[in-house]
Amino acid sequence: MKETLLDKVWRAHSVRELANGQTQLLIGTHLIHEVTSPQAFGMLRDLGLKVLKPHRTFATVDHIVPTDEREEPFSDSLADEMIKALRQNCAESGVTFFDLPTGKQGIVHIVGPEQGITQPGTTIACGDSHTSTHGAFGAIAFGIGTSQVRDVLATQTMAIRKPKVRRIEVNGKLKPGVYAKDVILHIIRKLGVNGGLGYAYEYAGSTFDAFTQEERMTVCNMSIEGGARVGYVNPDQTTFDYLKGRPYSPKGAEWDAAVARWQSFASDADAVYDDVVVYNAEDIAPTVTWGINPGQAIFIDEAVPTPSELPEKDRATAIEAIEHMHLRAGDPIKGTKVDVAFLGSCTNGRLSDLQEVATYLKGRTVKPGVKAIVVPGSQGVASIAESLGLAEIFRDAGFEWRGAGCSMCLGMNPDKLVGEQLCASSSNRNFKGRQGSPTGRTVLMSPLMVAAAAVTGEIADAREVFGLR
Amino acid sequence: MALEKITQVAGTAIYVPGDDIDTDRIIPARFMKCVTFDGLGEFAFIDVRVDPTTGRKTEHPLNDPRFAGASILLSGSNFGCGSSREHAPQALYRYGFRAILAESFAEIFFGNSTTLGIPCMVLSPEDLRAIAGLIEANPKAEVIVDVTESKVTVADMDFAGKLPPHAHEALVNGKWDAIADLLEGIPAVEKTAAELPYMQRA
Ligand code: SF4
Repeated sequence: MKETLLDKVWRAHSVRELANGQTQLLIGTHLIHEVTSPQAFGMLRDLGLKVLKPHRTFATVDHIVPTDEREEPFSDSLADEMIKALRQNCAESGVTFFDLPTGKQGIVHIVGPEQGITQPGTTIACGDSHTSTHGAFGAIAFGIGTSQVRDVLATQTMAIRKPKVRRIEVNGKLKPGVYAKDVILHIIRKLGVNGGLGYAYEYAGSTFDAFTQEERMTVCNMSIEGGARVGYVNPDQTTFDYLKGRPYSPKGAEWDAAVARWQSFASDADAVYDDVVVYNAEDIAPTVTWGINPGQAIFIDEAVPTPSELPEKDRATAIEAIEHMHLRAGDPIKGTKVDVAFLGSCTNGRLSDLQEVATYLKGRTVKPGVKAIVVPGSQGVASIAESLGLAEIFRDAGFEWRGAGCSMCLGMNPDKLVGEQLCASSSNRNFKGRQGSPTGRTVLMSPLMVAAAAVTGEIADAREVFGLR
Repeated sequence: MALEKITQVAGTAIYVPGDDIDTDRIIPARFMKCVTFDGLGEFAFIDVRVDPTTGRKTEHPLNDPRFAGASILLSGSNFGCGSSREHAPQALYRYGFRAILAESFAEIFFGNSTTLGIPCMVLSPEDLRAIAGLIEANPKAEVIVDVTESKVTVADMDFAGKLPPHAHEALVNGKWDAIADLLEGIPAVEKTAAELPYMQRA
C-alpha cells in the first residue's frame, strides 16, 4: 500500500542495485528506430556482443522516411543508407521490423500502442525522448541515448536512478475547442520547461479519467518538454478496451490474467507523492506558443508577453524568442500570418486527431498561399483514415495527404520549412531550426487550431473559425 | 573493460551564454543522418556559428579565436534540453569539449554525457558569471575542473560545484560506461525476467 505505479513497476523490474547507487532496471520492451540505433549496433559489434532478447525488441522507421516519394532507393542517399542499415541490423539479430512494405510502419510512439506492444505495468525504452508517450498505458517509458540503446540491446537493462513522482491532477470538463494538447501546453507553461527535472509526472484527476487513450498519449508525449523524462496515467478500463484484440495484446485466458495484473499496478489511493499540483480544466483555453521553447505559451486571446514584465530568469530567452519569431511584445498572437500548416507527429498524428479535424474541415478550404500537409502517424492510421473518407475531406480542403512518418516535426526528411516560414504545427517542439530551416518559425497548437490556421492563413481561434462556442 | 578514471579536466574554457540551450541547437537534426558519430564535431552549434542567410561566420563565442581550443564549456540553465540524441554530447566531445559547467542540465543529456565520460558540473549562476568574467579577461587562463572534489579552480580561485553522487562515483572510479556492470548482472536479469509474464511473449 501507499505505493505509486512507478514504485510498483520499479520494484517488479529492479534487477539489482549498482555500486554507484543506480538501479539495474529490466527494460521489458525495447523500441528502436533508424536514427539512434545504427551506432548502438556498431558498438555492440565492436564489443562482440549480441542482442539479448530480440523477441522483446521492435523496430520501425520514421524520422528519415520521405512522406511523398517512398520508393527506394530514396533520393537522399544518407536516408537510404539509414533504412538499409536498420533493415540489416534487424535481420541479423532477429528483431521484428515494421518496415515500409509491412503496412505497419509509422512513428515509433504510434506503432507501439497501435500494435498492442505498449502494455501497462511494463518498462519501455527507446532512443527517442518522446518515449514518455507510452506512459499513457501505465507503463514506465524512458527516452534514452545511443549508449543506453546499446546497453538495452546487450543486456535488456539499463543503469538509472529512480525518479521522484509529481502527481498532476486536472479536474473538470474541458470547454469546447479545448483539447489534450492545450492541457499539456498549459501544464508546461505553468511548471516550466525544466520544472519536471528529476520527476516522473503522474497525470490524474477527472479530466484524465474521461480522456480517451489517444488523448492521454498526447499529454504523456510532451512530458519531456516539461523536463520530466517519464509521464504516465494509471491504467483503467479505457486502457484495457483500447488494447483488447490488438496484434500483440494477450489473447484468450492470458487476457484476463493480464488485465488483473495490469490493474494491480495502478497507484494506491493512499500513495505518497513527492509533489502534487492541481489544475482546473475550465481554466484552460486553446493555447499556442509564441517563442522557441514549449513553455513559452499563451492562450489564443492573450498578447505576446513583454520581456521586462516576465520573471528575471525568463527575460533573456523571451527577448531571443521574440526576435526569432518576428513578433512584437504586447501584440496579440491572433492574426499572425501563417505560411505552413502541419498536422501530424507523435503528439497529434493519431486517428482521433484526424477525425476531429475532418469533422470541422469538411466543406472548408485552405487559404491560398498556405501550404497545408497532413501526415498520418502510421500506415495503420493512414489506411483507416482513408477507408473512413478522411483523406478525401483533407484533399478536398486543399491539404496534401502524405505517407506516414515524422515529416515536418523535425528536419530529417524532405519535409522542411524554407527560410523564415511560419508553421502552425501540431507537433511538440518549437526550438529554433527544429523544422529544418534555421530561421524557420514554429507555433505549437492543437490539431483543430492548425486547421483554423490553414483555413484563415493566420493564427486563429478555432472556436471562432469553426463556430465552437 | 578498464576505463579511464576521470578525476580532473584541465584546459581553457569558453562561455556560451543562454538558458535552455537545446539539443537541436547543439546539433541540428539534419546532421543526424548518419550511421556513425564520426565527423559530428564540426557541426556542433553550426546554426548559431554560421549565419543561415548570409553563410558568414557569426559573432558566436565559438568563432572567437581567443577561445579556440577550449576544452571546457560554460553555459546557463537547463543545458541540453530537448531530444534524447546522444549526437549532442558526441558532437561536443568530438569538437573537443571534455567538461561542461552549467547552472543545471536536462536529465537525458546529463546521462548521455556522463556515459561518454564528460563531467557535467552544476555551479551557481554567480560563480558561472564570475568564471566567465575571469576567462573573458584572460582567455588563456587555465580552468581546472576537479571532479574528485567537485570544484572548479580558475586563477587560484575556487568555486564549489555539484555532481550527483552516482555520476561522481562513476567518473572517479572509471565506471562511467555502465556496460561492464550491466553485463555482469545478466544471470540476475534472467531471474527478474522469468517473474514477468510479458517477458515470455513476443
Ligand atoms: S514525430 Fe517528431 S517528436 Fe515524434 S518521434 Fe518523430 S521526430 Fe520525434
